[in-house]
Order: sequence, then C-alpha cells, then structure tokens
Amino acid sequence: MQWESVIGLEVHTQLKTKSKLFSGSPTEYGAMPNTQASIIDLGMPGVLPVLNQKVVEMAIQFGLAVSAKINNRSIFARKNYFYPDLPKGYQISQHDIPIVGTGYLEIENNGAIKKIGITRAHLEEDAGKSIHDLYDNCSAIDLNRAGTPLLEIVSEPDMRSSQEAIIYLKKLHRIVTYLDICDGNLQEGSFRVDANVSIRPVGDTELGTRTELKNINSFKFIEQAIKYEIQRQIKILESNGKVIQETRLYDPVKNETKAMRSKEEAHDYRYFPDPDLLPLEIDKKLLQKCQKNMPELPHDKLERFIKEYKLSKYDASVLTTEKTLADYFENVSNLTSAKSKTVANWIITEFLSYLNKDSVDVTNAPIKAEMLAKLINKIEDKTINGKIAKTVFEKMWNSGKEADAIIKEENLIQLNDDKKLLEIINNILVEHNDKVQDYKNGKIKLFSFFVGQVMKESKGKANPSQVNKLLQGILENS
Amino acid sequence: MHNKNIKEIKQDLINKKYSVKELIQHFIDRIEKYDSKLNAMITFCKQEAIDQSKLITNIDTSTELHGIPLIHKDVICTKNVKTSCGSKMLDNFISPYNATIVDKMQNSGMIMLGKSNMDEFAMGSSTENSFYGVTANPWNLECVSGGSSGGSAALVAARLIPATTGTDTGGSIRQPAGFCGISGIKPTYGRVSRFGLIAYASSLDQAGPMAKSVEDLAYLLNSMAGYDPKDSTSINISVPNYLENLDKKLKGKKLGLPVKLLSDLDSSINQKIQQFIDELKKLGATIVEIDLPNAHLSVPTYYIVAPSECSSNLARFDGIRYGYRHPDPKNITEQYIKSRGYGFGDEVKRRIMLGTYTLSAGYYDAYYLKAQKIRRIIREDYQKAFENVDAVILPTTPTTAFKIGEKIDDPLSMYLSDIYTVGINLAGLPALSLPVGFINELPIGAQIIGKHFAEDTILNIGHQYQLVTDWHKKIPEEFN
Repeated sequence: MQWESVIGLEVHTQLKTKSKLFSGSPTEYGAMPNTQASIIDLGMPGVLPVLNQKVVEMAIQFGLAVSAKINNRSIFARKNYFYPDLPKGYQISQHDIPIVGTGYLEIENNGAIKKIGITRAHLEEDAGKSIHDLYDNCSAIDLNRAGTPLLEIVSEPDMRSSQEAIIYLKKLHRIVTYLDICDGNLQEGSFRVDANVSIRPVGDTELGTRTELKNINSFKFIEQAIKYEIQRQIKILESNGKVIQETRLYDPVKNETKAMRSKEEAHDYRYFPDPDLLPLEIDKKLLQKCQKNMPELPHDKLERFIKEYKLSKYDASVLTTEKTLADYFENVSNLTSAKSKTVANWIITEFLSYLNKDSVDVTNAPIKAEMLAKLINKIEDKTINGKIAKTVFEKMWNSGKEADAIIKEENLIQLNDDKKLLEIINNILVEHNDKVQDYKNGKIKLFSFFVGQVMKESKGKANPSQVNKLLQGILENS
Repeated sequence: MHNKNIKEIKQDLINKKYSVKELIQHFIDRIEKYDSKLNAMITFCKQEAIDQSKLITNIDTSTELHGIPLIHKDVICTKNVKTSCGSKMLDNFISPYNATIVDKMQNSGMIMLGKSNMDEFAMGSSTENSFYGVTANPWNLECVSGGSSGGSAALVAARLIPATTGTDTGGSIRQPAGFCGISGIKPTYGRVSRFGLIAYASSLDQAGPMAKSVEDLAYLLNSMAGYDPKDSTSINISVPNYLENLDKKLKGKKLGLPVKLLSDLDSSINQKIQQFIDELKKLGATIVEIDLPNAHLSVPTYYIVAPSECSSNLARFDGIRYGYRHPDPKNITEQYIKSRGYGFGDEVKRRIMLGTYTLSAGYYDAYYLKAQKIRRIIREDYQKAFENVDAVILPTTPTTAFKIGEKIDDPLSMYLSDIYTVGINLAGLPALSLPVGFINELPIGAQIIGKHFAEDTILNIGHQYQLVTDWHKKIPEEFN
C-alpha cells in the first residue's frame, strides 16, 4: 500500500526579553541555579503576576509576519497540574482565545510553493528544571527558567514529509530570528519542536492516529525522528497492528523513538481564565506601533540585497538565509570600498565553508565582520593579492589575529615594484628559453606557465595583473 | 484609651496626654489580659511593637494614623513575621515580603501588634476552621465570632486594639463585624491592592479595615486604598479623601430596600433592620423598594466560583518550597498527597475538591461557565437597581452569632449564613457592615451597599447613622 504521512508541528519559541513574562526577574541563560527567581517566580503565597508588555509586542509582530489574525482580546488561562518545578501548581498560558489566530507560511520545496497553515500562537510561561542526577536519593530544582516567556506556535497538519517539516521549521526559525524575538538556539532550548506524526493510505482524507515526538534539539534530529516514526507506523499498520496515541521521545544515538506516556495517562488540565490577569486587550494604536516597528523580513531583505547591492538572486538568497549572516554581509560591505559582489564572494566561498567545516555559527566565528573588511581592503589597496589573501584568511580563522598582523609577521606584502618584477620575469624567461621559443611558435597557452613561474618565484607575492602586463610586453616585443 | 476612636487618640497624642509608647503598652496589656478568653491572636509582635513605639517621640500631625496600633489578619503577608493563614500548612511560614497594604499602613505610621486568627485560608464563617482553635465572640464566649476574619472582629469588639484588617471573599469582613458589633467595610473589587493577600478566590478577594466606628474606617481606608502596579486587577483611578464626605447630610439620599429578600428574615432581625431604616429616614433619606430577582442564586454561584479558583490558588502549597512537608514520603506523588492531606484542614480540602470537580473536563460548562453567566446577571441586577438609588440596605446575616460547634458539621447551613453577603462580592461592589442593635445581648449588623467605587457614599451614610445612635459604642461587659 502507498502511505501518506501527515505532520503538524508545535514550536515553543523562547521570547528574547530582558525580564520574565509575569515578573521582573532576568531571563539570561546559564546563571547560578535559583539566582534569577523572584518571589513571584517562586510562587510565594500572595504574589500576583503582572504582564510584561514587551512580550505582547513580540507576539503581535510574529502574527503580522505570518499574516495571522491578531485577536484584539485574548485571555490568559491557568493550566493546572502538579510538578515539582512548576511553582504555582499551574502554568499561565492561553487556551480558548490566543493572542495570535490563524495565519500561514509559504514554503518552497523543489521549486513548488506550498502554504502551511498556522493554527494559532499563544503566550505562556515556562516551568523550571528538575535535575535528577546531581544528588543521591534527591532531586534538585532550578527555578531560573520558571516564568520565562514562550510563544507556542502551532501549525496545521499540512506537511506531508519530513523534508517539508524541516523546510517549514527553518523558515519559521528564520522569521523569529529576523524579528529578533527569539535567539533561535535549538541546543539551549530557545526553539523547541514537538512533532505530531501520523500516516494514512494515499487518497484517504481522514487522519490516522498520531504520535507526538517531543523536544528534539536539532533540525537534523527532527528530520531523522520524523522519518523513523513514519517508518515505524508503516511497519505497524502493514502488519495489521494499531498505532497508539502517545508521546514518544527520540533517541539520536540509537536513531529510534520510544514511548514516554500514553493518552490514557493524559492530564485533565482544568483550564480556566486566570482571575489575576485582565483580558489582554490590543488596540489599533498598539497594532500600528508594532507594524511600524516591524524589522525587515527575509523576503524583503532578499529583494533589497538584489536592488541595493546589485547581487544575483542566488547570492542574495544565500546571504539572507540567516539574519546574522545578512547582518555580517552588510557590516563588511559598509566597512570596505570593494564591490558588493567581491564581499559576497568572500562570504559565500570562504566564510561559509569555514563555518560549515568547524560547525560554528556566524556570531561565534573567529573572523568578525570588521576583520574581514580589513582583509578585503588590503586587496583593494594592493597590499596583498587575492591568492595570498586566502592564506591570510585561513591564518586569521585559526588564530583570531587581524590581517595586518599576519601580513607583517609572514612578510606577505604584495610585490608591486616594476623593476623587481622585471628582474624575476627576465630570469624566468632566460631559464625557460626553449619554452619562450615554443610560445613564439604559437603555443600561447604557455603564457599562464610563465605567470605561474613568476608567482612561484615571488612566493606568491607578485601582483598578478602587473605580472601579466609586464610579461605580455616583453614576449610581444622581443 | 481603648474606648476612644482614632480621631480622639490622635488628638491625645498630639496634646501629649500619653505617648505612643504608653498607648502601645496599654493595648499590649489588654491583649495579655484578655486574649486568653478569645483566642483572637495567632502571632503577637509585642517586642517589635514596643521597640517601634519608642522611636516615635514626635507625632506627625500630617499623617492621620501616626502611632496608631493595628493588627493584621493572618492571611496578609508580613515580612519576617509568621504568616500562617490559620493553617498547619503555613505554621512554619515566615513571609519574605510585605503585602502592599502592610507597607501602606506602615508608611502611615501605624504600629503592628500582631496577626489575628481566622478560618484556615479564609474559608469559613465562624473561625472554627482555624488550625489555632476557634475565636470566641466577646459578647458571649460560647458563641462564634464569625468568619473568616473572626480574630480581627473580636479584637476590636473587645477593645484590645483600635484597628484591624480583614479580607472579604464572600462576607469575611462584614459577617464577623456583624456578629461582634463592630464596623467593617469591604471595598470595591480593585480598590485595594491584593498583592500579598494569600489568595482564596482571586476574583472575589478584597481587603478592608475593621474598627469601632465608620469614621475610623474612613481613616483606615484612606491609608489602604489605591492603585498598585503589582496587582493587575487593581484599578488605576484616583482615591477620594474618605473623611471629606462623612459630614454630608442624608437629605435627598435614596436608599434601596430589596423587600422580597427580607420576607424570610427572622422577625426579630427584621425589626432591627426596620429601626435602622427608620433612623435613616429621620436623617432625611428616602427609601425605595427595589428588586434583586436573582439574589437567591448568589450562594450556589459563589460556592462554584470560589472553590474553583481556590482549587487552583492552593495548588502551590505542595510542601516543596515552603510550608508543611510530610516527613517521610516514598515518592513525589506521596509527598503531595501526604503534605496536602495532613497540612490542610477539612473545610479547605472540601473546597479544593469541589473546585477541582467544577473545573474538570465535562463539568466545566455545566458548573464554572454557568456560574460565571449567573454572576454577570447578579451584577446586572445591582447595576439596574443603582440606576434609581444611591445605596442598598441589607441585613448582614440572617441570624446573630451562633454557638460554637452548632454548625461545624453542617457545611450547607454554614454556607447559608453568607446569604446576604456573597452576592455583593460576585458583583464586586463596596459594602459596609455596622451594628444596628442587639438581640438577646448579641449584636446584629446591617449592610450599606454602594455603587462601584462609591465607598465615600456608604461611609457617609454609616457615619451619619452613628452620629445619632450609640450601638457602635457598646462594649461587652467582660472586657470593659
């Protein structure tokens, strides 16, 4: 039988605010346990939540970016359950009426455009962390994360393959990072993905029983987990079994999913409107403000790069895949007189391949934008040639040093002196007199051989265009 | 000293008739002498109060309450002082912070002498649900003081303190005020900050002052009222000076009387209410008959809304971060079950179970949602009535204080003692209870209910009444 997979995604994005959703505590990652938890985050008796307005604006901007309906009145609700790292015994979330209603994202897969529906996006607070392996016979609780703002983005079950799911996720990731509402760090849990996966015979319209894959922390693992899960379900159904509705955890080491809890154990969360918080009203003024302050979105940036920097569509789209990369490009461009195309080439061929090779992201790259700009300027002002520059780039990458320092230390300054160049050229021509004769007899391909010999002799420092000019002059006039 | 109202004490302090230290010592002595009869205190901050009183040598005449002693209900968080909420669950809880109203009253110069007894987590109408034992009624030690702010009411009635705070979710200020013959006001929902009040039912809870006279309430409410950015449900509108309107004459004031509601009232109480109304008429007010057609739904509605919220509000008491933790749980589930099972008393557990049920899947629509709808209707009934009247008159309670133990095993009849008070919380209105007479040597109270944020109007009516009557000046024999 032919099977079709049906995938819906829930993404918890941690909003990039200074303070928590309902308290003034800082949200920074990695602080000493329980140093970023106030009496409000601790759920002390008598404390009350106060909504962080910044969070509302972030959610609205997300809604606008995915063409969603922004509800002018949404309700915070309590999701009640007991857990040691949930201090109040309930999580403040949004249930019946979320801040962001239905919207959509367009994804491009093999040239085809497809609309993926977004069901809703709602605000909620994160829980703390339980740590079970720190002490014997005892669990530890860290409430630094408790109360951190999350925007949970729920998609329609519109994706039909793990590939589509990844394209959707990467696009969503690009949007939230472009909006600068989320740092997008999957590893640290700022962008947490749960995938709902089911299969059905091709042609069926009814949905099959789904499983939920939880908290997978890289795009690669998400793709593998979904693939594995689809195959697992096919195997079950083809051997006349039944898929059980349950939550499953992905194990990247074994590349398999394991049952975590089944629906029978599911909680009744007893949602009800939080009486400590008024309905969240969004007026036209706030909407307009958010619209006005919208950062440039990926598509707009791409268009601008083509127009403003005269880049090809390919170059522009590579440079705008990530906001940090686009920013890097613009920073370098602003600091150098070189053509944008030159800057783009450096970033796409050198910078990106080094990033990939070392698996680091733009912000952690050893060569900062100012450093690359200085290197490019050294080519522009003819201090070094392009080939040497690539060596310098490699040394900069490995040492974190500035181009200037490396050029000096290694004595790589370009040879631009005609007299010295002519000396080298003449020596080469004398040495290879036979080849000079061949050249004159019509083997003009040997020209590049002479250039190569000159470059070799000058240890790569000769100015290549000058060498070309001088060599041509000698060969043609002798 | 202890029979004087706040204005008189203040004048005495300014005239140096006695010092703040002497004033504080006087009330400390009275508490030490008499509280054993009442059991109205949970925590006595004797030394702290003495130390604080010694620091005051000059009375600040610009601050109305400078040097005046006060006792807070133990549901209100007081920094570095035990805040037990009348529960074993919080018997070991020292609050790390002050409720906003505690800060406010402290900033007004008031000196806190301790924390008063109450029904556990403010759930009850008799203070019998306290982990610390029942508070007796100063007028008859065999009777309850009412609840849940029973300790605060008894302390004022016995003249052991001039001022206390209470909280009122379904009548918890007004009912004990009525039972003990003192004055108490539940302000409009949103008028006084809830930050630092240990929540019972968040959409109904409101703190207010309790004192000997309505005039004293005005002094105290001046200090307590006002917007608090830490409480999203407090309302950001200006607060009048509640003393300014007290002296207005009642001529032209229209008072609504829901006649149908009074038809089942015990005749002796009805008679007191009639006398109260006659007095107000003499002062120039006119009485208008009004109808509150859905008032009979108040008690059932309240007993869905309040437990629902409480089941969630009390989830934080899990023995993990503070409060009672059972010593030897086998696992986390058992820790929850045993800590909460032993830490909470019966009435609290009853309401948590009720609320868990009314919020659960499949019952939510039939109970919680329905109750919310009826709540809106009850509110609209009042709004309609207020189109024609300035205030509404009701009894505070259907009976005088009952005997200790009389209703404790009959929760339904206990719940019905809130019949005249809970509707006002559901509507979010301000209401005052003040003494209007005695039946068999037990006081009886009446309520004056105002429009939203019209505390000044009801305080004015209450004060004018107290100018021509002396029910509020009566003192229980044993404590004089």
